Amino acid sequence: MARTLTTPDVSGLTVQPGALSCSRADFFLSNRGFTVNQTDDVIVRLEGVSKHYGATTALDGVDFACKAGEIHAVLGENGAGKSTLMKLISGVIQPSDGRIFVDGEETPLPTPRAAVERGLVCMFQELSLVPDLSVRENLMLGAPGSGLGRLPGAIVRRAQEVLAQIDGGGIGMGARVADLSLAERQQVEIAKAFARNPRLLILDEATSALNASVVDKVFTLIRAECARGVGVLFISHRFHEIEALADRISIFRNGALVDSFANGAHDYPAIISRMVGQKITDLFPAKPRARPEAQEVLRIDDFGWNGELTDVSITLRKGCITGLGGLDGQGQAAVLQGLFGLLKKTEGGIVLAGQPITLNSPGDAKNPDIGIALVPEDRKTEALILQQSIAANMELAAVGVRGINAEDPALYQPYTDALELKCESLDQPVSQLSGGNQQKVALTKWLALEPRCLLLADPTRGIDVKTKTQIYALLRRLADQGTAILLLSTDYEEFIHLCDETHIFYDGRVVRHLTGDAVTAENILAATLNIPAQQAAHG
Amino acid sequence: MADLLRANRREAIALAVLLALLTVYLVTHPRGMSTYVMTIWANQCLILALAAIAQFFAVIVRGIDLSVGAVMALTNTVASYVLAGSGIGLAGGVVLVLLVGLACGLVNGILVVYGRIQPIVVTLATASVFVGLALLLRPTPGGQINYDFADAMTLDVLGVPTALIITALVIFGFWMPLRRTGLGLGLYAIGSSEQAAFQSGIQVPVIRMASFALGGLFAGLAGLYFSFVTTTGDAGIAPNFTLNAIAAVVLGGVALRGGVGSLIGAVAGAFILKTIGALMFFSGLPPLAQPFVEGLILAAAIAIGGADILRVRNRLEVFGR
Amino acid sequence: MSTRSKRLPDPDTLMPFAGAIVMILGGSLFFPQILGLGYLGQQLQIASFLGVIAMGATVVILLGHIDLSVPWIVGGAAILSTSLAGTGDPVLTALAIPAALVFGAIIGLINGFGVAILRIPSMVWTLAVNSMLLGLAVLNTGGFNPKGEASATMIWMASGTVGGIPTAFALWMLLTALLALFLGRTGFGRYLSSIGYNEKATFLSGVSTPSVIFAAFAIAGLCSAFGGVLLAGYANQAYQSMGDPYLLPTIAAVVIGGTSILGGRGRLLGTVGGVLFITLLTSILSVMQISNAWRSIIFGVIIIVMLLIQTLRRKES
Repeated sequence: MARTLTTPDVSGLTVQPGALSCSRADFFLSNRGFTVNQTDDVIVRLEGVSKHYGATTALDGVDFACKAGEIHAVLGENGAGKSTLMKLISGVIQPSDGRIFVDGEETPLPTPRAAVERGLVCMFQELSLVPDLSVRENLMLGAPGSGLGRLPGAIVRRAQEVLAQIDGGGIGMGARVADLSLAERQQVEIAKAFARNPRLLILDEATSALNASVVDKVFTLIRAECARGVGVLFISHRFHEIEALADRISIFRNGALVDSFANGAHDYPAIISRMVGQKITDLFPAKPRARPEAQEVLRIDDFGWNGELTDVSITLRKGCITGLGGLDGQGQAAVLQGLFGLLKKTEGGIVLAGQPITLNSPGDAKNPDIGIALVPEDRKTEALILQQSIAANMELAAVGVRGINAEDPALYQPYTDALELKCESLDQPVSQLSGGNQQKVALTKWLALEPRCLLLADPTRGIDVKTKTQIYALLRRLADQGTAILLLSTDYEEFIHLCDETHIFYDGRVVRHLTGDAVTAENILAATLNIPAQQAAHG
Repeated sequence: MADLLRANRREAIALAVLLALLTVYLVTHPRGMSTYVMTIWANQCLILALAAIAQFFAVIVRGIDLSVGAVMALTNTVASYVLAGSGIGLAGGVVLVLLVGLACGLVNGILVVYGRIQPIVVTLATASVFVGLALLLRPTPGGQINYDFADAMTLDVLGVPTALIITALVIFGFWMPLRRTGLGLGLYAIGSSEQAAFQSGIQVPVIRMASFALGGLFAGLAGLYFSFVTTTGDAGIAPNFTLNAIAAVVLGGVALRGGVGSLIGAVAGAFILKTIGALMFFSGLPPLAQPFVEGLILAAAIAIGGADILRVRNRLEVFGR
Repeated sequence: MSTRSKRLPDPDTLMPFAGAIVMILGGSLFFPQILGLGYLGQQLQIASFLGVIAMGATVVILLGHIDLSVPWIVGGAAILSTSLAGTGDPVLTALAIPAALVFGAIIGLINGFGVAILRIPSMVWTLAVNSMLLGLAVLNTGGFNPKGEASATMIWMASGTVGGIPTAFALWMLLTALLALFLGRTGFGRYLSSIGYNEKATFLSGVSTPSVIFAAFAIAGLCSAFGGVLLAGYANQAYQSMGDPYLLPTIAAVVIGGTSILGGRGRLLGTVGGVLFITLLTSILSVMQISNAWRSIIFGVIIIVMLLIQTLRRKES
């Protein structure tokens, strides 16, 4: 059954819809008085600002303002210009055209330092933490008032206080950032920004790896800052976060500001259609009847590796999309790696069409006799070579594969057409594409090999709604054509509406195998935390 | 203590290796441990150590300096003209030599920062210029240095080799404080992740410039100390020192990808390299075999350092970050 | 899909050729003999030695690595081939060139092992290999110039002519064409540049990246060894550290030819231009009878200027 877009697109497993609306009500009650008193204190104003990268226009003549004491959410698809806007205001990049005013005065922001000194502090999507330095050193790095000489110790104490408030008190100041988990790094990043005494706080997907209770605490902090008169500029793909937090919502599309309104003025579908520029009714394609008896393509038996995976058995069937879920780092990623020849000394067996096989490299896996493809999670460092052209990227996996002429455009066209890849020419470097289009190139690169078994590591993370629908539709079509698909995801909607069956991981084991009607949000949530289903429903 | 060791594992290993080598050296040396033996050893070590420090400042910000030896040659030839006098003239000479080193570093820095050329390529070209200038000054080795001053710098103070005192001064008087400043932090930040450093508000061009300036200054110091030891000027010393300085930095646990390692490691690496050379001399190996065995030890040390990569159980991990 | 254009020589590739022509014309204003066929032919011959070595270096630099063992692969190959030829034994003489090439390939594989398997930075590992080779040479020759002489074939290859063209130049061009064909036709060239940009993503595309690294260093070793053979043929002897003067000019030639020292971007044709440029620069400076010191200074300055023009041009586009 197709799902109609009437409820917020909740990605992330841990927030329950009920809790959401509640916190939103609280928020409006507690802030009502303040909202009325809001002055027209504009901190930063952009006038006719454009940004071009070569022939690509990332931002086109935008007028935009952030006020003190206001939480301003910015929405838009990938490549709509949101991140470009944030980078302009935080001094990371310079506008090609137009003017930036800070406190009413035209102020160029040539470097992040210049922005920080004016109180414009950004939490970056790509973390601005230096991996080889300790947490303490990172907090002091480039802090306002620091120069080449003495380092400011006070900022570390402030940051520690912030960390303590967002469940990050356990993070050691002497720990190397590279040794922290992604969530801990985001907490440090948040503490670093708050400790810099911002006047305008810019959050670019700053909470994507944090769980719901921490996110709540971060939001509490943000509201407190806002109440002190700090302006907040906020980008998130999680609509419920925006709904809970924002005073004002601005929507960007194709590098232009298309609409700006108070939170609550429009409902979710209306906002989505403004973002996409057209009406999307179905996010997911119709899901066919389950086919548990379909022919087996690939099977792993009692698979284990290095203590991180134990006794995992999964069967992939022709035409089925199998989901792999669980909290981050519970071993599901290792399954994909093991099936792609990336792990040494694995236990158990991989059986392909009844024959045991061993895989010692990705080259083994993509061999047409085996036919396994992996689209890795990290587009920028694993899936693509950003400096090279679209064509070169798409051809790289096919070059040298027996029986394939990698330079034949007909190999790729069906997929680029189905996914509606937007580019000026195939000679364009992949780095110039938006995230969604990059993901399309990464998918095409592997689909061109017509794999029997397609492994996907969270292919829709950080991807806009429209691209998601295109990817979902293509995956379903591939499955219908007989491809076995193994989909690792952090978005449980995908398990419910796209996958035929789902394995939930906890601590290196499959703790639940969900099929048919059992694939519900409650069951997934419970399995994710490895607690019985009833308990979760009550808690 | 355990934490301190873990955080500075690379330096700790280098220092342990150095101590072991030094013990063997002193035991096998026909004259045993004496001030004389220690002084000769320390002098040789210090020259390379200063060159390695110069290289360290390039490597820590993810660069390579192929002009370290050339700056040494240039400053050495300059020194052979200006260090013959005494008193204020001599002091001025020392300052001049160091200024020349600093200027060379700044030239490299300007070309890297504002010319946007890779450090390895810039320094390849400027090395040619610096050696040319050195050759202009001293087409053949010659000149002289104030002997009393040179002796003061290269002998010992109360039985402790002056070179070791200078080493200690550099580490405790210069490096330790520097590491605690914004500049010291910035060096590591740029080397580890330039983008993150920039977004954090670090003035990348200033820090990068400073790293080259410091590199030039220490190459100048190396040239100066070389002058004290040899008391002549020679324009032909460049190639040896450049490559040995890279080897020393790596032996001392400084990662060529930048952001990891310390000046202490670079110094330890230089001392290790020179001690191996010195050990060879008294080892009883046929003299002709010594360069080969030296090369073999260097290669083996590096290979052993790299061998734990073979134990990696995920094939992606070998690609680093 | 059809918008994909065939790659034409880009300005980066053509610049060193233009520079070389400017230099010839400029030099001829002061020294008309520069335009003579004799002089230019001799330059092409001398350029071939650097050219053959730089050809291999380009492959390694495209990969994002560097080969600092060039000096003693060159020297070792020269010593090996002249010692074999110097025996006078016809069989050993015939083996002189193949033995040198095998030597180069083996050292290349050792380089590749350290880089691809042990994952040691190439700058460090090849430096260590170079110092081992130096040690071996000292052990072998006692630190004196080795006895021996070049075989007739070696002399012909280095100093002879074919149809009026210096044989060395003809060989260089032939080898460059063969290598370019190999890089273009087999996907090897594409792998080199992909690894140069992003090794992990290339590996995850199912490319056996270690094999590519091994092959690249083996090719570089072969090229350096062949350069050593040519040099030995030219000098009719081998001598200590005869490879030393070739290391840095090789890198300079590759970089001036538009290849990025960080890997990924670059072309063989550019290296040919870079080699011609550097050879002519060196030669014209010596024709002008300037002292060593000034030659070194001007050489450095001109390389910097070339690189600055490169970056300026790229910034504009």
